[in-house]
Amino acid sequence: MGTTETGIVSGRLSPVEYEKNFSDLHPPLDEHEALVASDRCYFCYDAPCMTACPTSIDIPLFIRQISTGNPLGSANTIFDQNILGGMCARVCPTETLCEQACVRNDAEHRPVEIGRLQRYATDIAMRENRQFYQRAEPTGKSIAVIGAGPAGLACAHRLAVKGHDVVIYDAREKAGGLNEYGIATYKAVDDFAQAEVDYVLEIGGIEIRNRMMLGRDFSLSDMLASHDAVFLGLGLAGVNALRTEGETAEGVEDAVDFIAALRQSETKSDIPVGRRVVVLGGGMTAVDAAVQAKLLGAEEVTICYRRGKENMNASEFEQDLAAAKGVTIRHWLQPKRIIARDGKVAGIELDYTTIADGRLTTTGETGVITADHVLKAIGQTFEADGLGIIALQSGRIVVDGEGRTSLERVWAGGDCVLGGEDLTVSAVAQGRDAAESINHVLAAASQPAVAVA
Amino acid sequence: MADLRNNFVGIKSPNPFWLASAPPTDKAYNVERAFKAGWGGVVWKTLGEEGPPVVNVNGPRYGAIWGADRRLLGLNNIELITDRDLYTNLREMKQVKMNWPDRALIASIMVPCEENAWKSILPLVEETGADGIELNFGCPHGMSERGMGAAVGQVPEYIEMVVRWCKQYTRMPVITKLTPNITDVRKPARAAKSGGTDAVSLINTINSITSVNLDTFSPEPSIDGKGSHGGYCGPAVKPIALNMVAEIARDPETYGLPISGIGGITTWRDAAEFLVLGAGNVQVCTAAMTYGFKIVQEMITGLSSWMDAKGHRTLDDICGRAVPNVSDWQYLNLNYVAKAHIDQDACIKCGRCHIACEDTSHQAITQFVDGKRHFEVMEDECVGCNLCVNVCPVQDCITMVGLEPGALDERTGKVVDANYANWTTHPNNPMARQAAE
Repeated sequence: MGTTETGIVSGRLSPVEYEKNFSDLHPPLDEHEALVASDRCYFCYDAPCMTACPTSIDIPLFIRQISTGNPLGSANTIFDQNILGGMCARVCPTETLCEQACVRNDAEHRPVEIGRLQRYATDIAMRENRQFYQRAEPTGKSIAVIGAGPAGLACAHRLAVKGHDVVIYDAREKAGGLNEYGIATYKAVDDFAQAEVDYVLEIGGIEIRNRMMLGRDFSLSDMLASHDAVFLGLGLAGVNALRTEGETAEGVEDAVDFIAALRQSETKSDIPVGRRVVVLGGGMTAVDAAVQAKLLGAEEVTICYRRGKENMNASEFEQDLAAAKGVTIRHWLQPKRIIARDGKVAGIELDYTTIADGRLTTTGETGVITADHVLKAIGQTFEADGLGIIALQSGRIVVDGEGRTSLERVWAGGDCVLGGEDLTVSAVAQGRDAAESINHVLAAASQPAVAVA
Repeated sequence: MADLRNNFVGIKSPNPFWLASAPPTDKAYNVERAFKAGWGGVVWKTLGEEGPPVVNVNGPRYGAIWGADRRLLGLNNIELITDRDLYTNLREMKQVKMNWPDRALIASIMVPCEENAWKSILPLVEETGADGIELNFGCPHGMSERGMGAAVGQVPEYIEMVVRWCKQYTRMPVITKLTPNITDVRKPARAAKSGGTDAVSLINTINSITSVNLDTFSPEPSIDGKGSHGGYCGPAVKPIALNMVAEIARDPETYGLPISGIGGITTWRDAAEFLVLGAGNVQVCTAAMTYGFKIVQEMITGLSSWMDAKGHRTLDDICGRAVPNVSDWQYLNLNYVAKAHIDQDACIKCGRCHIACEDTSHQAITQFVDGKRHFEVMEDECVGCNLCVNVCPVQDCITMVGLEPGALDERTGKVVDANYANWTTHPNNPMARQAAE
């Protein structure tokens, strides 16, 4: 069964192995488990977990609602702040957010399982398709949301609640953005991203137009002409290039493409993977790609990161997960060149690195790792055409505290804005807050002038 | 090793832990298992009159309330006295007593309030070799509707009368079991003493409805859609029981009357508290019904370790030691001043002390200090109420610290007086003013 053949091939495992490897990373809590877990919450006042949550979910309240047998009320509390609370429950690095802030870390080094409890409550509400919000009276206003990722969806939902009509334009086949294309399969099984999109759209008043790409199919000024306001939730469409010899060799792939292909595959058996895989980078994308390469049956998977463990953007939990799945993480190694043979990747030569005078530099030593598949996860970049004269800084859109860009009637949020944290939950918060700002501005504009007596 | 041997009104047992009269002591099978597990004695499930036995409901008999992690905190029951034939019980009691001569075996009895009823059952019980009898004047459900149990325990004259009959018709020690479903527990205790009882045991269970089913609107436990109040027991009733035991222990009229303490005893610590408040031994039921008979091993070793650590050699060294410290409110020292103190190293910053104090008490705990979340007691506002101590999830993180005499109480601006002074002489007390005039 399966194959250890060298080169990039699909079908390395049996169907049963694929199914097992790509099943839910954290199985959902059942009712008993949820009650036991929720009993551990102290219902803190001014709770640190709540402060740590980018969307400020009232965590003590939603957990107390679970503990009293009110999961729907709990879901309502979560969705009030974060309509994508279901996905965030799955993908949030809770160990660096709410669960890191949990006071029970001080008490006994084990936080309340906030993420899994959030999933418990939101799963119940979504399974029953319980909708908690009704649209306000129609305002007659129309807003264009560009990008159907977490920021765009959160923005669209909040705008729809306020009674506005929303059209979401998205470049890809399916809505969801990174939730659909950018997250490891075992974190969002059972086509959860699409189920969540459907749940969000249930509010009404939101139309999604797929395969509509800014700069190709329309421009920002088109949008401003046909809508009252525009929200840009464009995400990061570009990826950094390696800029080394051999980058074009067969077998060098962007990790985001690898991850996206995995998500769109039914069985995973059609996704080819090398026998010896090297993943370049130190973030969540690197770990997601490396772990999944291993789960696809790669014999050796090595993450090479040019700095130390403490500099990795991947959380401690993610690093441990990678190690547990058999991925080797090597630090202080920077790609020098891809070694190709017959146009195909045969290995990678790396420089050893160190910090000298506060700067990263190579030591002069080099090493070679045999590889037939190299996955690049060295960062994504903001790329968009058709934005006109909107102000950018460091390659990202500049926004104020409410998400307003330099252009009137244009707001932005998510990974495409400056200061973004590259987190689903932050994107949701920004989309939601931009919607509040848009609503505020539109409402003020339509207010009749008050007569002064 | 501390000596845990118990001598309660002449009834000897290897330790002070008896199983109370209840479902766990209904038949030889259970009692044998209990003795094997190490229980010092049992009070056999209450015997009724000769003749067709009572019948129980055929549905749920118990209701409960739970704490975190579904830990059972309170249990209630609507089970009646033994529903087995009197002679079956007597035969088994005799056999068990023969098998376990070193353990205490007490017969609990509940028969109608007629002299003849008591006169006829007592010789039958005596014949089993039982070490004593316990008069069940406490059951609050079912039997009380028939003029027995709590219906007797709520009328001191009846208690005295029945106790007198029992003392007249048997040589066995008589323990009178009291109901807590009464305004002043000292009254029935005094009546039992007047009747000549050798001891009282308390508390029996408390009238209760544990919950209501919100789908069917039936109280639980529900019998075909209806519920009846049951008798409440378990950890939740311990504070009520401790107070009642103490009330009798310190009442001049019943002072020295032996008490068998009952009510929510779950650990050795609970048992020790009953003993120091004046109980000569303790009876346990709910803890056994929750965890099985083995828990007595924790109680025995726990009590023993504590006594060893404190240098107490025998039960006599500890029994009643806290009784002199139970006082009327009016005699509490009003010159004693304590302030809460938060151990910042132990604090996990949950903020519950702050919000409890801020919302519901004296606004004496900070939330922020220098812009940081920080919980600290403001001594100029703290009245020393202890609420923060009670709501803090970390044991010993917040403690009450008494101010030394001579220290300044920042709240009142007064210096702490070394002298004891209570309400009876306080200038704000109208009665004290009258006396002074």
